[in-house]
Amino acid sequence: MLTIFNLHAKVDGKDILKGINLKVNPGEVHAIMGPNGSGKSTLAGVLAGRELYEVTEGDILFEGKDLLDMDPEKRAREGIFLAFQHPVEIPGVSNKYFLRASLNAIRKHRGQPELDAMEFLKLLKEKAKVIHIDPTLLDRPVNAGFSGGEKKRNEIFQMAMLEPKLAVLDETDSGLDIDALRIVSDGVNALRSKERSVVVITHHQRILNYLVPDKVHVLVNGRFVKSGGKELALELEEKGYKEFGYVEPKGKVTQPVLS
Amino acid sequence: MIDVREEYDTYLTDYATLEQEDAPALLTRLRKAAMDRFTELGFPTLRNEEWRFTSLAPLTKVPFRLAGPERQGPRVRSLDRLLAGTEHGQRIVLVNGHFAADLSRTDGIHVGSLATFLKERPEWVEQHLARYAGYDKYPFNALNTAFLRDGACIHIPQGKTLDEPIHLVYVSLTAGEPTVSHPRALIVAEPGSRATVVESYVGPEGDVYFTNTVTEIVLGEDAGIDHYKVQRESTEAFHIATLQIHMQRAARFSSHLVSLGGSLVRNEANSVLDAEGCECTLNGLAMANDRQLVDNHTRIDHAKAHCSSHELYKQVLNGHARGVFNGKIFVHADAQKTDAKQTNQTLLLSNDAVIDTKPQLEIFADDVKCTHGATVGQLDETAIFYLRSRGIGSDEARSLLTFAFANDIVERIKVRPIRAQLEEVLLASQGLPREEGGEAVA
Repeated sequence: MLTIFNLHAKVDGKDILKGINLKVNPGEVHAIMGPNGSGKSTLAGVLAGRELYEVTEGDILFEGKDLLDMDPEKRAREGIFLAFQHPVEIPGVSNKYFLRASLNAIRKHRGQPELDAMEFLKLLKEKAKVIHIDPTLLDRPVNAGFSGGEKKRNEIFQMAMLEPKLAVLDETDSGLDIDALRIVSDGVNALRSKERSVVVITHHQRILNYLVPDKVHVLVNGRFVKSGGKELALELEEKGYKEFGYVEPKGKVTQPVLS
Repeated sequence: MIDVREEYDTYLTDYATLEQEDAPALLTRLRKAAMDRFTELGFPTLRNEEWRFTSLAPLTKVPFRLAGPERQGPRVRSLDRLLAGTEHGQRIVLVNGHFAADLSRTDGIHVGSLATFLKERPEWVEQHLARYAGYDKYPFNALNTAFLRDGACIHIPQGKTLDEPIHLVYVSLTAGEPTVSHPRALIVAEPGSRATVVESYVGPEGDVYFTNTVTEIVLGEDAGIDHYKVQRESTEAFHIATLQIHMQRAARFSSHLVSLGGSLVRNEANSVLDAEGCECTLNGLAMANDRQLVDNHTRIDHAKAHCSSHELYKQVLNGHARGVFNGKIFVHADAQKTDAKQTNQTLLLSNDAVIDTKPQLEIFADDVKCTHGATVGQLDETAIFYLRSRGIGSDEARSLLTFAFANDIVERIKVRPIRAQLEEVLLASQGLPREEGGEAVA
């Protein structure tokens, strides 16, 4: 499904990723855990094609195709979905209109016919049930005035609608209370299949109680310092990132802005 | 002292003809005073601070003749299309400023032609007409008043709620040569009354004409009016408009002004909050392309305490279009506890588009909350990336975000057919598919 070879990336001239290797097979759930500033969101951004990030070395293959050669819309159409850490608010466009434009762009790319209004609404209602999202949210402008939890749930709802092959969840758990976390995780679990892979990027082990990973990777200072099974997440929770060579920086860590 | 200049020759000629007609004494008197004042003031030049960004040279060089009520020529056939969206509820249609009885649907009691009100209730009309939109300082109000003959009139009685929106449609039909009309509307909401009023300005695309319009709205104690204006003139037309609002105690007024057509457009929206507890909302959207110029001036006078005003004006400028926004807020010495907020946002879609934006707050009371902010910019790259990450192509993402920026105003319109129609216009302007069987935003 996804293979990353020796990936190096820069943001604003600063080296963030320093040689990432990763192989995700169809149907697998991988968790990438790391402290603030370790490069988690950079990796998510590079996968989705954000121009902010400059890849200086390495390759990414997605189903055998060169991912770095594709623009962001091409990646989405090929089946990559990024659930944003900070979903963007778009007042003035309804969720429905946005999703229909998105879904039809993807269907067109796959050689499927575009959905008409009736077919689209039917699918929308079906998926809204699966994700337990309030259907009135879908008439509202994209994320505008949504609570943090509603925004995250809307990301998972978009994922359900677009049926990607690979979903990358960038700190989808941040800012969620325990109930919202469960609902979002249930949504992702409902979408798990033998063909669909998920990369969960997170700071905390908590979400992995609900979204049980096949593999866990610890990202520190732009490199994977350890990989293992789901028990690695618990070990990490117990020992903290310092055990894995993480040195807390002096002063404030400035996060690159990835909305 | 009358300074006769060439550029108002045609106006003077037409005025002289109008003077020969029989007219109610009130009109004769108002016209005379206004014409005298207009010839003293003349057309404003760039030296006038209020007009420093808007040159009237393209307007003053055209010898516009006064448009009559006649409906002739091939343009008459476009009438149905021009009136689309106003099929329900009461409707006043003014063709070239003249009341068109056959196209209007009115109860004749609360809603009707100004001429009828003048005939049947002259004292009541005299109490209000031209009392708010002064012609002493503003030459275009003077010019409009100098040609006062007919117009639209709405009188909502005390405590009455009119559920259905009332449509005022101003149609310009030229007979070939460039013509000018001076439409006029007087809307009086008595204490405790409620109504929704939609003003639409339309004309066949490509025609050259000049609409010089004045609307006066008076709200009594605790009255409420939702007002909408949709300006869809020909892109060759000139549109100069004054909306003058006068509010009494605890009145609530909201206006949404959408400006799409016209080659040179100037909107003045002025509101006087003349008693305590008033709430006034002035929102607007201007879309301009090619060489269109849209100039929005607003003025809110907080004359008394405990009033609030909200203002959001947006411009989308493409091609060589020019936009002007000037938002004045005056907080008078008596107006303690005023809460005023003004926001102006411009989206520049081309390197050649220009915006001049100027907030102007003058505050003479000490216990008030006033904020203003102006932003000018391009589309947000993060939002573009968000859409692209969902499979939407780069160009379509830009179109969708431009639509979203503009639709933020349109989706606030509570009159469904008008909102749906404008959404379609906005989608089409960005080359986006319309939403079948519904609106883009429910």
